[in-house]
This record gives sequence, structure tokens and C-alpha cells, in this order.
Amino acid sequence: MIENRPLLTIFSHIMLILGVVVIAFPIWIMFVAASHPEIRMTQVPLPMLPGGQFFENLDIALNRGMSGMDGNGVGYMMLNSLAMAMMIAVGKIAISLLSAFAIVYFRFPFRMFFFWMIFVTLMLPVEVRILPTYEVVANLGMLDSYWGLSIPLIASATATFMFRQVFLTIPDEMLEAARIDGAGPMRFFWDILIPMSRTNIAALFVILFIYGWNQYLWPLLITSEPEMFTVVMGIKQMLEAAEQAPQWNVIMMTALLAMLPPVCVVIFMQSLFVKGLTETEK
Amino acid sequence: MLKNVHFGPSVLPFLLVLPQIIVTLVFFIWPASQALYQSVLLEDAFGLKTEFVWFRNFEELLSDPLYWDSFKITIVFSFLVAFLSMSFALALAIFSDRVIKGSGAYRTLLIWPYAVAPVTAGALWVFMFNPTLGIVSYALSALGYEWNHQLNGGEAMALVVMASAWKQVAYNFLFFLAGLQSISKSLIEAAAIDGAGPMRRTIDIILPLLSPTTFFLLVINIVYAFFETFGVIHVVTAGGPAGATNILVYKVFSDGFVGLDLGGSAAQSVILMIIVISLTVVQFKYVEKRVAY
Amino acid sequence: MARVVLEGIRKTYPNCFKAIHGVDVEVEDGEFLVLVGPSGCGKSTLLRMIAGLESITEGQLTIGDHVVNNLEPSERNIAMVFQNYALYPHMSVYKNMAYGLKIMGLPKAEIEARVKKAAAILELTDEQLTRKPRQLSGGQRQRVAMGRAIVREPSVFLFDEPLSNLDAKLRVQMRLEIKTLQANLGITSVYVTHDQVEAMTLGHRLMVLNAGNVEQLGTPIELYQRPASLFVAGFIGSPAMNFAEARIDAEGKTITISGQEALPLGSGGMAEHGGKDVILGIRPEHLELVAGAPDAVPMTVTMVEQLGADTLVHGHFGESRSDLTVRLDGIRNIKGGEVLPIRVTPDHLHVFDPKTERRLS
Repeated sequence: MIENRPLLTIFSHIMLILGVVVIAFPIWIMFVAASHPEIRMTQVPLPMLPGGQFFENLDIALNRGMSGMDGNGVGYMMLNSLAMAMMIAVGKIAISLLSAFAIVYFRFPFRMFFFWMIFVTLMLPVEVRILPTYEVVANLGMLDSYWGLSIPLIASATATFMFRQVFLTIPDEMLEAARIDGAGPMRFFWDILIPMSRTNIAALFVILFIYGWNQYLWPLLITSEPEMFTVVMGIKQMLEAAEQAPQWNVIMMTALLAMLPPVCVVIFMQSLFVKGLTETEK
Repeated sequence: MLKNVHFGPSVLPFLLVLPQIIVTLVFFIWPASQALYQSVLLEDAFGLKTEFVWFRNFEELLSDPLYWDSFKITIVFSFLVAFLSMSFALALAIFSDRVIKGSGAYRTLLIWPYAVAPVTAGALWVFMFNPTLGIVSYALSALGYEWNHQLNGGEAMALVVMASAWKQVAYNFLFFLAGLQSISKSLIEAAAIDGAGPMRRTIDIILPLLSPTTFFLLVINIVYAFFETFGVIHVVTAGGPAGATNILVYKVFSDGFVGLDLGGSAAQSVILMIIVISLTVVQFKYVEKRVAY
Repeated sequence: MARVVLEGIRKTYPNCFKAIHGVDVEVEDGEFLVLVGPSGCGKSTLLRMIAGLESITEGQLTIGDHVVNNLEPSERNIAMVFQNYALYPHMSVYKNMAYGLKIMGLPKAEIEARVKKAAAILELTDEQLTRKPRQLSGGQRQRVAMGRAIVREPSVFLFDEPLSNLDAKLRVQMRLEIKTLQANLGITSVYVTHDQVEAMTLGHRLMVLNAGNVEQLGTPIELYQRPASLFVAGFIGSPAMNFAEARIDAEGKTITISGQEALPLGSGGMAEHGGKDVILGIRPEHLELVAGAPDAVPMTVTMVEQLGADTLVHGHFGESRSDLTVRLDGIRNIKGGEVLPIRVTPDHLHVFDPKTERRLS
């Protein structure tokens, strides 16, 4: 702040609070809806203040599901989402670390060719090549499996690029010192490179976890067995059912559950999240 | 890009890149080339006969008014999303850069919608604007406006734009804030000494200096609106009513998986790939320029 | 403990750049050899070739009894101290020092004993051993880097400009520490620096490198007293040696700087170079202010720098153009524009061939 203008500062605060209200309003409505009994959610106008049935709704959403559906709740879908998000995040980080290590620290034939091949993947989000990718996964018999959910999404140039960038900033002397200490390539990778990149790894993990958790189109295509559904798919499924008998309290509770893990990651690992977001876009 | 100091040749680097290369080949290069190949084939609905038809799928696609409608809708949708979320985020970032107390708290409160899945975001907005029950449509009808996005294409578009933009504000806010904070304080101080008030400074100094960030975000937001809003559309409108929100990515999906028009869907995929590639090239050109600063 | 022998060592990079043009030297057991030269002269490349971090294009490198040309750095029984220390930032000081030993597969107790011993030598406390490198001061990091070298109990120490990241005061202190340490441990050492004071104070012998060539190899005093080339003469000594174009008379008894007074050439003269155009070098400290001496030459003062212990007087002889610096001891009350009688000590003249730039006589 350059000059002292108390009115302008107060105005800024008011605008920011308004902004936060606009951003948070949908979430508040969701939370309110998730805390009322089903019957209240059919009476216009809908409530603006929380009700007393939050934990009952939580139990219904997790363990029983909407009436009229298979009665399983979304608890297991949360686990599927977790498994998929973890596999995508860990898988991406692992293969990207290895390939970035090879590209930065080794001179070998076809190095640039491989680099460009990985680079190309940066350009092709899964959405634009869904049909043929679906066919490949189907031919490999990976439909309705965790492998099918995660592996096609783990190759991404972004992570490789980021690690390449990180490795390039590590001083050459680290490798020289390690060589004098007698460390071979893999030893150097484990003992020096990985520990030195660990905040970058953590930051990337945060971003990739959110990315994996929020995947929708891909799981929608390759899962047909309900036991492989993820929680974001569960929401859509409930919305379709809701056209006959809306149970908005359960749907909103499910939305809340689906939102919770990634939102917690953002809030509690905020600095890593911001770091990850800004670094992967370079 | 290679270290000056590096390991000598051995089989190890091949083993290291192997997992990435296999995944890339199997799930990216191969499907992408399949899409290219299928885009020049005509297949009947039962998959019994295929015929090589050169560019006929493309010709059909480009002479199909529905496709051009979808194209226009996508462009309108993308620019509305980009404009809405970027201007909202920019205003918040400027105010947030001004206040000293509580800026961390505001940041926390503003960024978390990034983590909300597009489908979840869609569900929230569709609930608020539900024509019979929704709290916002209730308020609108109290004001004398009957909201029904299930029937009105313009309202449907407005709803998907709001839901998509809402989710993207967080991202834009973070980058704008970082951009603002990287502007040297002495520049602002110099302008203040020159007698420019806060409003003038924002218009004359801050906005021009933010233009690289703005351009970067514009590209990112367009890519986001083009490809990552599938979940929002699927939940809120399913492309309707009457195709009013049928953006290109949604059309690839509905023509390919629902309509089973493989050749046409593949041709659409190829066009989308070309769009992504050109956007990526633009983005990279920009990144190079930024590095040169 | 080992001798390091370099025979015809050459380095050519893949882009055909020749970095080292043939170096022969035998570093004796326990000797401290300093490689010195301006940046880009190849001194670091040569050191890194000894370390095994750069390949040797041609020639033979022997450490102890083994030709080590094709051995990995860790197999050469060397230890190296890097310019930026290259401490692993995520490891504690203890782990930094122990890492190489761990890879060697030494038992834990042995590692601990060695690290403790090195820490004691370097006066690193137990508390400092548990810290991360970034929590240490520059001087302490420097000690840890040396500690990491000591624990390996190598036969050769290699130092790559280890003091250049320290401030001036600490640099003098660490210089003494390195010298003491090397003397106490008696380990053969090769030390790279661009700082001639460091080179003079540390080395038993100095190797002056210029553009990949060895200009001269010798003890600090040899280099100071009889620089073999114009380059060495200019590089060693501070303030730098004065140079002037001059001519030797036909008999080789006197030398004349651009038409000014003839100066007698010291013992024996230079009869074999009679009548030749040469470059004359005189160190600033070998010019005296002698009032009334018959062989004094008048010097016009342009600028005076008072250093307290010495006074540097800048100017030129008579009308000649060549700049001249004279170092006088103590504080002198001299002003610009004064003309001073200056005498050259004949035994301290250095005469160089202007074409080959090598020393004559």
C-alpha cells in the first residue's frame, strides 16, 4: 500500500468479502441442503440455514444410497476414487521422474526423439482421443479395472517437463561430488536427486491427486460395473435418478463428500498446491 | 537441456524412459494415429464394412450446419467463460493485493473451488437453478423472472458458463495475484510520486504490466473451456436444450459413443487435436518469450 | 600417500576445442602443487581430468603405482573440494561426510570414528555435525567440504578454487588452515586458483597455465625471481610488473627505455643479445627513491596511492609514454606532478623477447 487511504482499504475488504460470498455461496447451499431431511428439500422455498439431519444424511449417502437405487451408498466409490487418484498421482510421478532423469543426466541415442515423443503427449488431452483410446483399453482387457482407470492417464509430459526443469537447476557439482563418493547412477538418483526434489514431488502430488480424483469422462467410458464407479460418477448417476424422485439432501451430501478430499488437500497443503500449480504451467 | 556433466552411454537410460515411452505409445500415439486413420474411413453402424473414403468424413463434417453450430457455441462458451472468470479474478486479485491484513485468509477462501470436480460444480449449479426447487430460480421468480434452463437455450448457456467460470476463478486469481506481486513496488511508488492515484495507477501501470499474465491465462482458460468442461455440460444440460450447449468435446463423445458414428467422431477428434496443438504452440511461443524477459 | 604423474596430457573437446595442449609434471608425494592462471586457461579442466570428471584425450595419468586414465573418480583414491562446496543440501553434516564411506561399504563404527576424527581436526562440534549445510556459515561449509575430503583418507587432495566464495578476511584465515592441514596430513595436493596470492602462499610449486599451455613450473620464489615469460611476469606479483619497450646496446652492457637514460644491465650483461629490441620488466618494489644518486632516472608522478604500509607512486620516466608504478615502503609525502629521482636495481631487471615473449638470459 503506497498511500494511507482508509476508505479505499475498507472498500477493498468489502469487495473481497463479496467475492468470497459469491464463490462460497454454492458451497453453503450444498452444505445446507445436505443437513436437512428429504421432505424439507421438496418444499419451496428451500432453506438457507442448516438443519439437523447432517449425520443421518452422511450415513445414508455413505452406506445406503438414495432410496430406489442399489442401496450401497457411495462409500466404496470414495475408495475407488482414492485408489484411482493415488495410482494416477504416484504413477505419473514415478514414470516422469525416471524419464526426466534419463533425459537430463544421460547421453544416449534417440534421446531427443524420446523427448519429442513425450512432448507430443502434452498436446493431446484424453478428451480429444477418447474413442480410439477406449478401443485400446478394451482390447487390452483393462475395462472395469483400476489399471484401466489409471494407466492411460499416467503418461503426461507436464510432470516430465517439470522434473526436467528441477533437475536442470541442481548444480553439476552434486553429480561430481557423488561420483567422487562412488555413487552410481541409480544411487545418485535415490540418495541425491529424489531427496533434493522432494518439495517439487510433493507439490506435483497435490496437483495430480486433484486431477485424478476429479476425472470424469474417462471413468465414465471404461467402467460399466457399478463396483468400479468413482464418486463423481455417483453424483451424475444420482442426478439422473433425481429426475423422478429428487433426494437433494443425499445428492448434496454426496457432492460434499466428493469435494472434501481434494478441497482439504488444497486448504491444508496450500503452499505446495500453489507451488505445484505455478510450476506445472511453465 | 542435457547436463554438462552426465553419465556415459549404457542401457540404463533406455530402461529409465521405457515405462513412459510404452504408456505414451500405447495410450497416446497409437490411439491418436487410429483417430487419424479412422477419420478417413467410413464404417457402417454394425462395424461389418469399412471403406476408405479419403476426406469425405471431413467434407461431410464441415458441410454439416450442426457441426458449425457446435463450433460457434464452443467459441462463444469459451470466451464467456474466459472473460467472466478472468475479470472476476482480476478484480479480486487487485483488491487482495491492496489489503495487507487478511490477504492470506482471502486467498484460502477463494482458491479451493479449483479442487471441485467439474461434475460436482455442475451438480451444485444445477441444484441452485433447478426450475422448480432451486433457490436462485425461486429468488428470480420472486423478482418476476421465470428461469428454466431446461427449455431456454440462452439460460442453459448462461448456467454452464457460470458453473465453469466459478471453478476457474481460483486458478486465475492465483496467477493474477502472483503477477501483481511480481510488479516491482518501486514502479508503483514512482507513479504515486508522479501524482497518479490508485485508480490511475491500476489502469496506467498495473494492467499493462499484467498483460503477459493475462494473455497466458486467456490461452489456459480457452483450453480449459474447450476440453475440461465436459463434466459440467454432461451434468447440467447434456448438450441441450436443442444443442444449445453442445460444445465440440461433448459432440465427439455423443456422436461417437451414443450415435456410434465412428468416422465422423474420429474426424472431429482430428480437428480437436489440431486445435489443441495450435493452442499449445501459441502457449509455448509465449512461454519462450516470457523466459526471454 | 602417492605421487601424481602427468605425461603428455592433452584434452580436446568433441567440438574440437583444444583445452589442454600437453602437460607433463610429477607431483611428489606430499607436495602441494598449485595450478594458477586466468579464467579459461584450462586449470580446472586439468584438475577435473585428474579427478576423473573429464576424460583424458591423450597422455597418461598415474596416481601412486597405477595408471588411472580409465578409472572412475571413486576408484582413483582422490578427494575433491569444490568451489561451491557441493554439499548435499538434504543431508546433515555428518551424513555428508559419511556418504562416500557408506558407499565404500565401511562398517558403521569405522565411519563414525573417521568422521569424528575429521571433525576434531577441523574443529567442528558434535552439534554442528547434526546440522544441515544451509544452517552453517560460509567458513563452516568450507570446513565440512574439507572434512568430506579428509574422511576418505585419500592419497590425493584436489581443490577447485575452494576459497573463492568466501569474503576477503575469511579467505586469508582459511588459506592458512588449508596450508596447516596439508602440512600436518602430508597428503599430496593439487590446488586450482586464479588468485596469485593464494598460489604464492600455498604452493610448494606453482604451475602457471595460459590458454592450455604450461607457461612455467617452479617454486613461488623461482617464478617471482625468474619469470620464464612475459605472461608469468605479469601474472605473478602485485602490483603487477612494469613493462616498457627498450633496446639493448651493441655491447649488451646497458639498456635504454625509449630513448631515455641508459640503465646498466646487471652482472655480466647480455652480450649475446646486443643491439636487440626487447621488453624490459621491472617490479614496482625494485625501484628505489634515491636523492642525488648519479645513476638515478627522473620520474614524473601522476598519481599516488597511500596504503599505509606502502605507497604506490604512478607516473612515467621522463618524457616516455610507458606507465610506471613504484612501490615505496612506509608513508611518503609525494604529490602528483613532482619529479622523483628513481634508481633501478640492476640485478632485478627482467628482459623478454618481444616476439616469443620468453625470457632472455
